[in-house]
Amino acid sequence: MQQNKNDVWVGLFVVIGIAALLFLALKAANLLQINFNPTYQVTARFDNIGGLKPRSAVRSAGVVVGRVESIGFDDQSFQANVVLKMDARYAFPKDSSLKILTSGLLGEQYIGVEAGGDEANWAQGAVITQTQSAVVLENLISQFLFSKAAEGGEKKE
Amino acid sequence: MTGLLSDLGRAVRLGLSAVGLATRLFVRLLQLLPATLARFGLVRDQIHFLGNYSLAIIAVSGLFVGFVLALQGYYILQRYGSSEALGMMVALSLLRELGPVVTALLFAGRAGTALTAEIGLMKAGEQLSAMEMMAVDPIRRVLAPRFWAGVFTMPLLAAVFSAVGILGGWLVGVVMIGVDAGSFWSQMQGGVEWWNDLGNGVLKSLVFGITVTFVALYQGYMAQPTPEGVSRATTRTVVVASLWVLGLDFGLTAMMFTV
Repeated sequence: MQQNKNDVWVGLFVVIGIAALLFLALKAANLLQINFNPTYQVTARFDNIGGLKPRSAVRSAGVVVGRVESIGFDDQSFQANVVLKMDARYAFPKDSSLKILTSGLLGEQYIGVEAGGDEANWAQGAVITQTQSAVVLENLISQFLFSKAAEGGEKKE
Repeated sequence: MTGLLSDLGRAVRLGLSAVGLATRLFVRLLQLLPATLARFGLVRDQIHFLGNYSLAIIAVSGLFVGFVLALQGYYILQRYGSSEALGMMVALSLLRELGPVVTALLFAGRAGTALTAEIGLMKAGEQLSAMEMMAVDPIRRVLAPRFWAGVFTMPLLAAVFSAVGILGGWLVGVVMIGVDAGSFWSQMQGGVEWWNDLGNGVLKSLVFGITVTFVALYQGYMAQPTPEGVSRATTRTVVVASLWVLGLDFGLTAMMFTV
């Protein structure tokens, strides 16, 4: 192969481009910390998932221990079927319960896991029914208004 | 009445034949990939011309876009008390939209026009005809190396744009305004997904590279072989390529980023 003075410059250009891609992948997208760890799937049934989305975090004690894989609707029980992909490094007792929580007042919603006391752990394909639905602001407000109205009615009597 | 009808028919016929010619040229260029790679020296010279010379304008534009994004983003985010999310905002808007799109627009202006003018002048100077007389295929010898060089160059330039833009956002956000450096990066890393955001951004820039380079080559190759024709073709390259990029961007965004 004959050498050409452009070779060096083109090589430099390609190196700069690949360095930029690597920078984006490692520093911005944090590719190094993406775990290709094995996972196990569990299904949770919620009465109301609020604003939960696929890829939302599953946290326990604030640490991300899994992600929401998919969300479906069961027209037999009229509940939401939420499939969770849990990190296989973390095991949870069978009677652990799930809650839909909000990070901050207006932040995005995630699932909180509260560990139970059972000896057996969640296995692949487990179905979790001990769940607490998302807080719906409208319901809270209407409850508040109704109780206020009830109080007002008692006072009059 | 017949005049109007025949005008309409002529417009449709010309439009269809333009689409046909463009498609044939495009398919030809795709088929020529192995032949082009076999003579890599030609591609290398074109990468040098398209890539290295565009690097400066891309990097400087990326830096300033990053600066402005950080300033404007901070202004809005601090109203909602979430200025820590600045890193995520800068990174997502660069990776998903601004990186590929602005790079493609700059690339059309910086490199596309040069391609059109070069090929148009070759045609006007009857160099392409002379090549054909010598049994050298101008599409294989002139167009294909430029096409593949452009397709290869665009994603790298877009990556440089986004990377420099993020650094610019960091300079303004963290160094100048004083957003906490730790939360700047960690929010970014929490919000950016490597395939959904980075991968789709690279895919976008690849599509835009194909579009811009092909439009430039087509306009040059089909230019009227006069000084006026070449100048008109060069103008049309910028207009047509920009419109295609923006239109395709809408389509791609709608396909990629709808949850």
